[in-house]
Amino acid sequence: MSDNDVAVVRPKPRSSGAPPGPPAGAPAPSPDRGRRGIGTTIRSRERWAALSFMSPWLIGLLAITIGPMVASFYLSFTDYSLGYGEWVGMENYQRMLDDPRLEQSVKVTAIYTFVSVPLQLAAALLLAIVLDRGLRGMSFYRSIFYLPSLLGASVAIAIMWRQVFGTEGLVNQLLAMFGIQGEGWVSHPDYALGTLIILHVWTFGSPMIIFLAGLRQIPTMYYEAAKVDGAGPLRRFVNVTLPLLTPIIFFNLVLQIINSFQSFTQAFIVSSGKGGPADSTLFLTLYLYDQGFTQFDMGYASAIAWLLLAIIAIFTALNFLMSKFWVFYGDND
Amino acid sequence: MATMTETKAPAPARRSSERSAVAGGIKRFVFHLVLIIAALVMIYPLLWMLSASFKPIEEIFSDPGLIPSTWEWSNYSEGWNALPHPFEKYIFNSMIIVAGSIVGNLVSCSMAAYAFARLRFPMRGMLFAVMLGTIMLPIHVVIIPQYILFNNLGWVDTFWPLIVPKLLATDAFFVFLMVQFIRGLPRELDEAASIDGCGYWGTYLRIIMPLCMPALATTAIFTFIWTWNDFYSQLIYLRDVDLQTVPLALRLFMDSTGTTNWGALFAMSIVALGPIFGFFLAGQRYLVRGIATTGIK
Repeated sequence: MSDNDVAVVRPKPRSSGAPPGPPAGAPAPSPDRGRRGIGTTIRSRERWAALSFMSPWLIGLLAITIGPMVASFYLSFTDYSLGYGEWVGMENYQRMLDDPRLEQSVKVTAIYTFVSVPLQLAAALLLAIVLDRGLRGMSFYRSIFYLPSLLGASVAIAIMWRQVFGTEGLVNQLLAMFGIQGEGWVSHPDYALGTLIILHVWTFGSPMIIFLAGLRQIPTMYYEAAKVDGAGPLRRFVNVTLPLLTPIIFFNLVLQIINSFQSFTQAFIVSSGKGGPADSTLFLTLYLYDQGFTQFDMGYASAIAWLLLAIIAIFTALNFLMSKFWVFYGDND
Repeated sequence: MATMTETKAPAPARRSSERSAVAGGIKRFVFHLVLIIAALVMIYPLLWMLSASFKPIEEIFSDPGLIPSTWEWSNYSEGWNALPHPFEKYIFNSMIIVAGSIVGNLVSCSMAAYAFARLRFPMRGMLFAVMLGTIMLPIHVVIIPQYILFNNLGWVDTFWPLIVPKLLATDAFFVFLMVQFIRGLPRELDEAASIDGCGYWGTYLRIIMPLCMPALATTAIFTFIWTWNDFYSQLIYLRDVDLQTVPLALRLFMDSTGTTNWGALFAMSIVALGPIFGFFLAGQRYLVRGIATTGIK
């Protein structure tokens, strides 16, 4: 079981399922050495079949993913704007260095990610542990907690959020019942980002379900052994559950950080596409959209895209590096 | 993956029965109470929006409760006709994109997954790693050249930029999901089929695909929800008023009427969330399994 988790967390293409074979790319196995002719035809038939099955994906990879990636890198060194553009060298990247709006957008994105992801994962883990007790009605609770993360990305929810945290919105109506006069949260530069962070935390359902699946996979014998040794519920949680869950925590962390750096819709809707008030919700993605698709300064927007990719890559790499110190993969057998 | 979940199913049950023997009735009651309160807090905004879509406008801004004093069904008819086109036009546009995306993902991703999971070919490991890498690639990095490409093809302000990538299996999570699933199927079935004279296409169509139904269902449901919810690429490629989809229409509604007609805006938001909620109720099992397998949201 845990073997499969590992396969999810650290994708090892050939580790699970398939019977142990030669490493991919190496010459095919040679049980057919004696009858090489037949073997070769079978193998080449298999290769042609593979090519035909793979062809839509391969075309997509080249035309929709890798091609545009290379083009984007090239564009980031030009001043391309629909139709024309010239090589400008490092100019776009230099321009970033003293672009206050860019600096602001990096800051906003970083705050958003590093506040909302830990809170979201903590909520997900807490609820997963509570729900894992096998209470009656567990699947009902699971559905309720999961629902927001299914709907959370939609424009309709962002519109709702705008009203809920508006001057006369739901939150302030509830606060008024306790005699508190609330702010116009979404229109106040100090609080607007906070409302988006709450929105992100609210969608803790999908990491929760991943945690639940992980908890299911912890063998009961560990708990039994801990019990025999006299460990109470807290000890069992700290010394059994938590260490065995670290690969799942790590997996969720990597995934959620990558996702949250790319958030767009909610900030766009809540701020009417401007990243306001006072650029307080100007995510990097919003600034990219603004530069690329409203100013049509696509060279600079491409440079911003590569900055975003670099930031994501650095934090993912850091995550993997640090995982050595806290992620427990069990006895490597 | 599915087989694994099933084989381990007895474990939590045993653990829970041990625990419930220890836990008393009162403790369980408190537990449920806390959970119910937490669940209510979580979905209260949704319930409130549902009720607000029936409320007269001044009540939306004064009553945090869930029962409208009078039921304003006119919010729905007003919202439906508040934009240049009646709302069914936007639903129809969204549906076209959704349908194209589902067909595209089901066919192209399952084909690639079959090759990755079952066939041997040069550079398989490397291509698999590349495929996993593309799952993590932000759309923002490729969107500008993609836009230029589709613009040169004359496809901006058509549905093609939103459907063609799905026909080319660019949603790599689904390839991964299906690879994981196919690897769990016994290979003996393939071998039996091949002895009976089935070629690769025959095996794919007659053996693998029918057995992949749960993974295909997961793919279809997720594709529906993501495409229905998708805002970014639709915002970029669809500027023509006649091609606007539900999320774009909502945004237009919000920007044009501003904060004047929240009742009608909420009504249309509820209409927009309805299909997702429906799929959620109908396909929960597949959704949960899909998330647990790959970690996609």
